[in-house]
Amino acid sequence: MDFVTTLVSSAYQFGDAFAFLVLSACGLAVIFGMMGVINLAHGEFIMCGAYMTVFAVNWGLPLPLAIFVGSLFTGLVGMVIERLVVRRLYSRPLDSILATWGVSLIASQGTLILFGPTMRGVGTPLGSFMVGSLSFSYYRLVLMATAIAVLLLLYLVFNKTRFGVLARATIQAPHMASALGVDTNRIYTLTFGIGAALAGLTGGIYAPTMTMIPTMGTTFIMEAFVTVVVGGADVFIGTAPAAVLLAVVKASLTSWQGQLAGQIGLLLAVIITIRLLPKGVTGFILKGRV
Amino acid sequence: MTSRWLQAGTLACAFAVSGTAFAADPIKIGVLEDQSGDFAAATIGKVHAIELAAEEINKAGGIAGRPIELVVYDTQSDNNRYQEFMRRVLQRDKVDVVFAGFSSASREAYRPIVNQFDGLAFYNNQYEGGVCDANMIVTGAVPEQQFSTLIPWMMEKYGNKVYTIAADYNFGQISAEWVRNIVKENGGEMVGEEFIPLGVSQFSQTIQNIQNAKPAFVVTLLVGAAQASYYEQAASANLGLPMASSVNVGQGYEHKRFTPPSLGDMYVTTNYIEEVDTPASKAFLEKFHAKYPNEPYVNQEAANSYIAMNLYKQMVERANSTKRDDLRKVIAEGDVCFDGPSGNVCLDPKSQHMSHTIFLAHVNKDHSIDFPKVWDNIKPYWLGDEGCDLTQSDPDAQYTPSNPPTKQ
Repeated sequence: MDFVTTLVSSAYQFGDAFAFLVLSACGLAVIFGMMGVINLAHGEFIMCGAYMTVFAVNWGLPLPLAIFVGSLFTGLVGMVIERLVVRRLYSRPLDSILATWGVSLIASQGTLILFGPTMRGVGTPLGSFMVGSLSFSYYRLVLMATAIAVLLLLYLVFNKTRFGVLARATIQAPHMASALGVDTNRIYTLTFGIGAALAGLTGGIYAPTMTMIPTMGTTFIMEAFVTVVVGGADVFIGTAPAAVLLAVVKASLTSWQGQLAGQIGLLLAVIITIRLLPKGVTGFILKGRV
Repeated sequence: MTSRWLQAGTLACAFAVSGTAFAADPIKIGVLEDQSGDFAAATIGKVHAIELAAEEINKAGGIAGRPIELVVYDTQSDNNRYQEFMRRVLQRDKVDVVFAGFSSASREAYRPIVNQFDGLAFYNNQYEGGVCDANMIVTGAVPEQQFSTLIPWMMEKYGNKVYTIAADYNFGQISAEWVRNIVKENGGEMVGEEFIPLGVSQFSQTIQNIQNAKPAFVVTLLVGAAQASYYEQAASANLGLPMASSVNVGQGYEHKRFTPPSLGDMYVTTNYIEEVDTPASKAFLEKFHAKYPNEPYVNQEAANSYIAMNLYKQMVERANSTKRDDLRKVIAEGDVCFDGPSGNVCLDPKSQHMSHTIFLAHVNKDHSIDFPKVWDNIKPYWLGDEGCDLTQSDPDAQYTPSNPPTKQ
């Protein structure tokens, strides 16, 4: 294998692992990282987005639009769940774990009862390209581009818009924000909805590459939580570097010794990072500023 | 209530507890299968097949005049549930026999409990082979039936460089060992082997490792719905290699669930799938759909469960008892056979495993199935040849090619 092929192959594998970590984690980074709600229904939001996307494709929508519909629908579901369940538990984080876990059980079991144990997927579009003797899937490049776009968008929304400023204010000092006239309830609902919509987007965009089953969300959960834990509280300066770090570890170990080594390496990297940086990458980067 | 009624009632109670069962006392069959969780797609059909067989047998007068009563629990693809429910059916529900288990991990989780309470369990699943245990009757196909046929055929057709990807637990590890040995015996070369943790759904790097190793074909021993994402991802990266498997199509009907041509050129050895074009198979499929019109697919495990119910009926009627030792005396006669959906099958007294007709199913680009080859009456010979003989002794063990029984 020549040098260029090796280089392309390594970059592609790194990008693929990076995209999976970022997209798994982005919704959770908003809900858990920012709002502090440990959302155990994150996987079911992803599943919801994936199922809705497949339904939309079956109704005749083109895939990009279907993914948008899946994401939007999941965002709405997220807002309803925030209103009905999560809202009452902001001051009781341990209870919110239990409540969101309950939501996740109801969602996956309900999906099983309504739609059966499995559903036909939509097939991966776009085909493949060759570099040297290796062939690669174009769709994986779309995943990588989406991951970067999501990070940029989150940065812009939370740092450059009025809503972003209000959201950060509400989460940092809720009473002060509400005294200054911010409708904090609405901000919480919208922020939770954004987190859910991002999870739905992840489900929708991965749906063509995966098996459609009610428990499909669980395959994202481990990666989602470790990325957010390593990243810390800030979505942009935490999640992105955390995903870079973990993707390098995972991709290089998997190509060297296979999937098992990749999984072990990923978890070891997480343990070492949170031992050295208890507040995650965010804490490390912001240390000089606080 | 008069005292005469009381007397009659007492008498009846005394009669019932004295152990001589009424002719109409039901025979209780415990059914522990995954109706939710990662494996549910492949295993809900097993429960339906057992219900179908029970209905048929009950309509025809039951087993030796006694109706069948099913005690069904959902084991949720969770090994802990298997242990919990196995204790419950054996201790509290006091069933006569249990039909249980999909993954080999679940079987090994509940097997010690069956041994402890000296129960009898049917394991109606293809698996990695080697269970030599008098408390177990296995109706699924084993490696000498699936790999000794499949791998040499594939090597002859496509070449002798082989790459195995397998689920990382006892089933995948032991099956991969079988593949390795058979490839070596036939003068081939393993160019790679990778074990995938259960629940992994991303395969980009694995696909690249395979491309770098340049095998003639890939042996896919992937288990569970998450790992099944491999096929879609391999197809979209245009891997384009033929695949050989003992688990796909026959269990999880991936060719029905995935968009063509992601499973194109997959070869599977199975003892039954609904495409098998024999009158017995068609009749079975028709009965199945009459009772369950929405069944997505009738797979190998559904057929094996149905066969197991009928074998059990035959054994109880011949032994005129539901006691395990009496049933095993019937098995020892060596002629417990049944003409079922997959052809004639017989139980082997030495290993309590079952002979099979093995169909080589080939998935075409459009995901239709053809059968390039059929092997008739392949016996589960390995355990017996290696020295497992349940008519003589009961080691309650699972053996592998690298850990065979110690010969007497």
